[in-house]
Amino acid sequence: MLADVPVAMIIVGLAAYLVLAGADFGAGFWTLAAGRGPQADEIRAFCRHAMGPVWEANHVWLIFVFVVAWTAYPVAFASIASSLAVPLFIAAVGIVLRGSAYALRGVVTAGRTLDRVFALSSMLTPFALGTVVGGIASGRVPVGNAGGDAITSWLNPTSILVGALTVAMCAYLAAVYLAADAARLDEADLVAAFRKRALASGLVGGAVALAGLLVVRTDAPHLWDGLTRGAGRAALAVSALGGVGTIALVVRRRFEPARASGALAVVAIIAGWAIAQRPFLLPGLTTAQAAADHTTLVALLVAAAFGALVLTPSLALLFGLVLRGRLDEAPPSPAPPAQPPAHPPSLPGRGVAALAVACLLSTVGFLVLAEPGWAHAVGIASLFGCVAATFVLVMAERPGPPRP
Amino acid sequence: MSAAGFAPVVQQYLLQARQMQALSLAVHIPLVCFGIAFPALVLVAEWRHLRTGDPVYRTIARRWSKTMLTLFAVGVVTGTILSFELGMLWPGFMASFSDVFGLGFALEGFSFFLEAIFIGIYVYGWDRLSPRRHFLAGIPVAIAGVSGSLFVIAVNGWMNHPRGFRLSGGQAVDVHPWSALFGNSYFWHELVHMYFAGFIVTGFLVAGYYAWGYARGRWGRYERAALTIALSAAALAAPAQVVIGDWAARTIAKEQPVKLAALEGLSETTRGAPLHVLGWFDGKDVKYGIGVPKLLSILAFHDPNASVRGLDTVPPADRPPVNVVRFAFQTMVGIGTALALLGLLFVYVRVRRRRLPQSRWFYRAVVAAGPLAVVALIAGWVTTEVGRQPWIAYGVMRTEQAVTGAGGIPIGYGALAGIYLVLAAAVFWALRRLARVPLETEDAR
Ligand code: HDD
Ligand code: HEM
Ligand code: HEM
Repeated sequence: MLADVPVAMIIVGLAAYLVLAGADFGAGFWTLAAGRGPQADEIRAFCRHAMGPVWEANHVWLIFVFVVAWTAYPVAFASIASSLAVPLFIAAVGIVLRGSAYALRGVVTAGRTLDRVFALSSMLTPFALGTVVGGIASGRVPVGNAGGDAITSWLNPTSILVGALTVAMCAYLAAVYLAADAARLDEADLVAAFRKRALASGLVGGAVALAGLLVVRTDAPHLWDGLTRGAGRAALAVSALGGVGTIALVVRRRFEPARASGALAVVAIIAGWAIAQRPFLLPGLTTAQAAADHTTLVALLVAAAFGALVLTPSLALLFGLVLRGRLDEAPPSPAPPAQPPAHPPSLPGRGVAALAVACLLSTVGFLVLAEPGWAHAVGIASLFGCVAATFVLVMAERPGPPRP
Repeated sequence: MSAAGFAPVVQQYLLQARQMQALSLAVHIPLVCFGIAFPALVLVAEWRHLRTGDPVYRTIARRWSKTMLTLFAVGVVTGTILSFELGMLWPGFMASFSDVFGLGFALEGFSFFLEAIFIGIYVYGWDRLSPRRHFLAGIPVAIAGVSGSLFVIAVNGWMNHPRGFRLSGGQAVDVHPWSALFGNSYFWHELVHMYFAGFIVTGFLVAGYYAWGYARGRWGRYERAALTIALSAAALAAPAQVVIGDWAARTIAKEQPVKLAALEGLSETTRGAPLHVLGWFDGKDVKYGIGVPKLLSILAFHDPNASVRGLDTVPPADRPPVNVVRFAFQTMVGIGTALALLGLLFVYVRVRRRRLPQSRWFYRAVVAAGPLAVVALIAGWVTTEVGRQPWIAYGVMRTEQAVTGAGGIPIGYGALAGIYLVLAAAVFWALRRLARVPLETEDAR
């Protein structure tokens, strides 16, 4: 059904966000829980490092989820965003603080305050986003403009539980990935440190998940029903297997497969939620009822297909380079020797100047004086031509040694 | 499809909600100017290095790319706030119409995805990729910055000129998202104007930094080369912007006559309408302004006797706040004219004399030009957005029908303002530190 496809896209987006950006958040968590001393500094530096080239790309998955949600299910999106404005605002503030602290941290060499802001916001954001999911999953967002309770729609047993679980999952994923990275770099101390952390957070995460099931049972019975029946139960089982399997793999220091199984455990939980809630987005609002016009859904799919076409190879390139360590900090390289110019600079000929003037005249004629739309298009093209040609003229330097 | 538009709500803090939205946009938009223009400037520098082998251009490209990454990161997070706010502050708008314009944001999302991917490869790939590949990795960054803004501006163009749907029970039906966004006659002038604004803001701010150094004796080959690239871009974009601005004004004369009337403080429909510079609109006329007879008719319709529609063509409740819009517009045009003159002077000296200007005053003006360009940018958006009031979707939905029913807007607004203040201070401080890294150590970093 066309109306359900965007839900699948949202689930994929959420899963990717959790598995990729979630690990970045978790890395932030571990900078806080690194303790003191030289090894702690090393751990912190390593955490920050791992995020370097990828965090912006990872972050875009959240934007993807948002735009798909509002394009495909306008009323549901608006109900959720207005009812859950408080936790969403908290999450947004967390994202701003975290991104800024990270960007600034790249500039300064020692910044205790920045480190702290970074670590705390790395926990705040996943927690707040988790409470949003909890509010939706426990049916506390009615259809309408800010119809839910401003506080209890996100501060309730299910929300708090999902928030805590999200933080735990981020920490766990990060520890597993970081252990794998450390193993790739043969950093035995760091491997040991993150292996320990992966095991601890895996156990904590599992415990929270189990306790959570009990909470859900009383607080959100319909969700419980969905999760304990049919496909929902299967998803839950996959998640449990993935979690236990990852711990076993980490114990045996098989970190690369642990990356995959850890991600699987986390993704299965999201899938389970989606299955359990089917076919309702919000109480009384099914996906079919909430879905946008047919043309919009088709347009969204076309856009997504096109996006996938461009982004898949790009992402493969990025992660390929990162996982092969090609974008790691470079060893200091000597400045390349000043080679003799490959093409000695020369002054542009008269043709460029003539082109600039011709384009200028054409701009005046077609953009300023003429009225029809096609003329404006010609005029704009001419304007770009004029600017480009003049740029060449302006940038040109006299051949020969630079003058003072 | 059973969903209908939201029922009306009472929101006593509508003004604060609008201000919160405006604040967030005013923070985002100067940053994204760097997303639009900086990649192109960095690539110009790197291209020169590849062509001439001159290491100074490599140093420029490298240093600029680090600044670019920092600003990109801040642009990303401030943009995220905006996305959240669309739903948090304007749920009525989103519930009714986000299926019409949402596609624009989806495409924008893909663009920024591409930008984020390649900016990582580009900035972390110095020394690691071959020079040619490294240069190639920069090209998608430049393209995606432009295409991303294209898609958002398509949304803004749609808000100013909504089409591609039918209304039924407060809900858009019969939606044609592609033509609504891209077949829109109100879109192209905004796009081109914003694109050039990106180069004006980025170029003058970057050049202003080196011009500042000029007064303090930092004036080596590196500084001169860097200033030349940035200033050439800005100096050419600024005069072009006047031509595009004129086109924009003619477009709104056709599509949003009430906005034009507000820009010019024209209360009654007039044949051969005059144009007023400066002055104050007192509800009927422009007082204390300098009037030029018939100029408005000439500019808007190329005919000295053309009739220009006044504010009286719509009831008072449908008029934007004239003085805000007018003041913003005049600020933009005033600054825009000054920047264009400065740019032409630079172009003249470069092309005739093949050197940089030598007057101290020129460099002082360049230092001032950067912040002024930002003011013009924000003034331009205030013109567009406040001039659109009281409509969120022009002629279709009022801002008060769009706003959230939730409480606590002033708290959110205050919190955001506080955070942005701290952030501004921190970014300023960090950019200064970045700029102080001695040049020689650059390649060893
Ligand atoms: C550096 C920035 C800058 C400069 C120097 C100018 N503008 Fe501008 N202007 C903008 C930046 C801008 C903008 C990017 O902020 C806006 C807001 C919406 C848009 O499309 O561009 C804008 C909007 C805008 C509008 C309203 C368009 C609408 O509502 O759709 C008009 C009529 C003009 N401009 C006209 C001018 C003229 C006649 C200028 C020259 C002297 C000028 N602008 C210089
Ligand atoms: C004229 C208006 C706008 C322009 C030209 C513009 C342009 C850009 C650019 C170039 C970026 C890339 C980041 C950077 O270069 O710093 C960006 C990021 C972003 N913008 Fe805007 N933007 C505009 C308005 C908006 C609005 C109204 C929204 C949302 C409602 C928005 C949402 C975003 C988001 C979510 C990002 C981050 C994308 C990411 O995760 O990479 N922008 N914008
Ligand atoms: C292309 C992207 C943009 C989109 C989609 C957009 C969207 C919106 C929305 C939804 C509102 C609130 C509703 C309303 O007041 O009508 C708004 C208001 C506003 N926006 Fe924009 N905007 C964009 C670009 C900008 C930029 C770049 C600025 C720069 C400063 C800006 C300035 C404002 C202002 C000043 C208001 C408040 C209007 C008032 O209070 O009267 N907008 N915009």
